Amino acid sequence: MIKVEHLTKYYGDFLAVDDLSFEIDEGHVYGFLGPNGAGKTTTMNMMTGCLSATSGKVEVGGYDIFEDANKAKELIGYLPEQPPLYMNETPEEYLRFVGEAKGLRGGALEKQIDKVIDQVKIQGVRGRRISALSKGYKQRVGIAQALLGNPRVIILDEPTVGLDPIQIIEIRDLIKQLGQEHTVILSSHILSEVQAICEKILIIAHGRLVAFDEPDNLEKSLLAGSEIVFTTDAKEETVMDILSGVEHISAVRLEEKENGLVSAQLKTDSSDIYAVSRRLFFAFADKKQALLELSLKKASLEDIFIELTEGGASGQAGLSQPEDTAAEQTESSSQTGDETSAGTESEEDQV
Amino acid sequence: MTAVLKHELRNYFHSFTAYVFGAFLLAIVGIGSMLYNLQAAVSNFEYVLSFGSIVFVVIVPILTMRVIAEERRQRTDQLLYSLPITTTQVIAGKYLALLVVYLIPLAVISIYPLIFSQFGEVYLPTSYGSLFAIFLMGAALMALGVFISCLTDNQGLAAGIGIAVILFNYYSVSLSEYVSSTSFGSVIALAVLILALGALIRYLTRNELLAYGVSLVLAVAVCVICFVDASLFEGLLPAIMKQLSLFERFSAFVNGVFDMTAIVYYLSVIGFFLFLSVQSLEKRRYN
Repeated sequence: MIKVEHLTKYYGDFLAVDDLSFEIDEGHVYGFLGPNGAGKTTTMNMMTGCLSATSGKVEVGGYDIFEDANKAKELIGYLPEQPPLYMNETPEEYLRFVGEAKGLRGGALEKQIDKVIDQVKIQGVRGRRISALSKGYKQRVGIAQALLGNPRVIILDEPTVGLDPIQIIEIRDLIKQLGQEHTVILSSHILSEVQAICEKILIIAHGRLVAFDEPDNLEKSLLAGSEIVFTTDAKEETVMDILSGVEHISAVRLEEKENGLVSAQLKTDSSDIYAVSRRLFFAFADKKQALLELSLKKASLEDIFIELTEGGASGQAGLSQPEDTAAEQTESSSQTGDETSAGTESEEDQV
Repeated sequence: MTAVLKHELRNYFHSFTAYVFGAFLLAIVGIGSMLYNLQAAVSNFEYVLSFGSIVFVVIVPILTMRVIAEERRQRTDQLLYSLPITTTQVIAGKYLALLVVYLIPLAVISIYPLIFSQFGEVYLPTSYGSLFAIFLMGAALMALGVFISCLTDNQGLAAGIGIAVILFNYYSVSLSEYVSSTSFGSVIALAVLILALGALIRYLTRNELLAYGVSLVLAVAVCVICFVDASLFEGLLPAIMKQLSLFERFSAFVNGVFDMTAIVYYLSVIGFFLFLSVQSLEKRRYN
């Protein structure tokens, strides 16, 4: 449905999107995941023809978005990060304009407007000025605009940002519904959100695709990067002694608290983190030492990024690592100008 | 394009803009008719139009300031880019809407000569010739206003620049009598013009090489001509200022000459600025 080939975008000297290639099939909900500034919005703007690419190609339904712009754009409904609304109009007037611009006329236009207003549930406010609507309703009007003309692909840029929890749940449900009829691509920097809605996830960091997988598989790698955290009232030496008898512990960080308790963070090289937890629990029990607290700290999105961008080579998060990361990043950004081919290779490894 | 046209028209008539524009134009032409045609009992309606033309300095920028600037401020330009319409269609739709807003008060004004002709001898060809010319002149000023609106996302700034540029254009003929008419003065003025052109090219294309190249070629050309025959430049600056004046060309019609070169000039100005507007919108796609 959408084919992105070697897409690259420079803003002056700044490389925002670096040789991005992927393919999106019809009929799924895709999630674009990445921290702020990773190039999500830039990529989406290029996929919808709002922004030109420095080099590379985007094909939508077989039409090139830059060469055959109008034909390609007819297949896409796009909601930018900030919904592009005319504040002094009512949702109905606004949707009529967008519908006409998409080539709808007469009865077909009216039918479409009624349909999308029903779909996003804004019947109650269709005659009110958009400027007077709440953020959640504005977002819905923005989505309604994208739905007009029944496009095959709907692209939503951070559709839940700035909404309250109830509104977020409603918008997520709406997106899931849309996924049954359309190909939906949405971007987010919240992992749990993408996990909840999407069937496939693309992770972008520093303008590069670092992972393209189903949520379950990513979850596994997420768990692998997790830490076991526990608190005990045993002495530090005892703790070290017990831990030395537990297999698959790759790194330990101990910390003595003020009230005499010891808290520890463990990293494991085993893929089954629960098995390690179980062994840990019994190891303490055997020595008649109490575990006052035992929990798993899932790796944050940032950790995954670091892991994915460095090819999963990260061990214990020691003090020296952030420096290494920074050094490598500056190195890679200085290379990117002329060595894009090297970038592609490492990218393929990770995918 | 019709979608943009309808949308713009709805916008103008939902807000005060169209009404304020029409009211100002009608008021000043009304006052002019009262002074010239009724009180002084002059039968030439074209004098009224000539008198009223200064109102364009204010009302055109007020009408055109929001055209693109407001889209950019509201971020609705993103919507226009993502819709299956071209930037040419967007500019054309918006410009046609402006013309419609402009034609409504003009249609009312076009009845005046007919009314006056009931009470005396009115030479209608000059009246309607001037009316046609003032339509084209206003249309050219609007194209200029649209372009200025493309340059910023601040409506007030767009209006301010618009007023300044049109006011300068209005007085450029009077000013031209005071500027230096020596060849040295003209060369300086040409140098400034070449720099401005270079800056414009650089802004629109982001291609520094092209901008410097064009400026350099023109500068060399001016220098060569200057060395060959400096007298060619004498009186050039005042001549340029006269030639660029949109208002000066309108006065030919008032004097009873249906000047085809002026019509071609107005149409070229419209084409030029609408082209620049489209380019300016396209350029935003590259940033």
